[in-house]
Amino acid sequence: MGFHTRQDDSGVTVVRVEGQLIVGNRQELKDLIGNAIDAGDRKFLIDFARAGYIDSSGLGALVALSRRVRDAGGELRLSGLNEDLRSLFELTKLDTLFAIADTPEQALTNF
Amino acid sequence: MTTAALQLVVRRSPVSGLTPDGARIHFTMPSQVDCIEHAVSLVARHCLAGVAADDRLRFRLQVAVSEALANAVVRGNGEDPAKLVSIEAELLPHHIVIHVSDEGPGFDPREIPEPLTPDQVCGTRGRGLFLIRKLVDDVCFNERGTTICMTLSRG
Repeated sequence: MGFHTRQDDSGVTVVRVEGQLIVGNRQELKDLIGNAIDAGDRKFLIDFARAGYIDSSGLGALVALSRRVRDAGGELRLSGLNEDLRSLFELTKLDTLFAIADTPEQALTNF
Repeated sequence: MTTAALQLVVRRSPVSGLTPDGARIHFTMPSQVDCIEHAVSLVARHCLAGVAADDRLRFRLQVAVSEALANAVVRGNGEDPAKLVSIEAELLPHHIVIHVSDEGPGFDPREIPEPLTPDQVCGTRGRGLFLIRKLVDDVCFNERGTTICMTLSRG
């Protein structure tokens, strides 16, 4: 379980979630992206292709991060949600709040 | 305390006279959010062992149990190290029944709104019980609101 970060050629900070995004590690993700914002990053992609499950705390962290990135004048996109993970966003209507792409490559297009 | 401190006691005995193939597992965990993932893994492993379980059932179980444990650890027990969370699961041929209990003051689940108004959709909290209700087949609580009982159909 953890987060792997890389900088895309187009200047997007790509964070890959490996394992769960839940109450036990959501703060780690918030700190990771918060520090990147403080360092000047403004474009973020969180990829869930290697994620397991997300709980409501994880969803709440994504909402908080989306707001923080937007307030800083940036943008946060998501990718790699499988059918189960996508259902969580649909049940909670969070699919209306986020730009969600099938793959990181699609998400990075025209970012 | 690390997750290695979790204790799991498995009893392979009938849960009632009508279900000779059933079994019950029970364990307690400390009120630490760091222990939740491991506890979810234990529940899933034992609830889904030896039977055909599709990925959808595994996902529903993992998220629902994770939510219930987070509620018990954070809201119920207030992450008080002196309080424990109890997990009991009845493994029946057609259903899995999971009870999660905390030592907190309890709450009234009827007072928790569905988080789907425009303001709530943009909020950062309040989705846990809603997700549980959407992901499992039945949910009930004890009178004090300290135990949640979740039923998932295997079919």
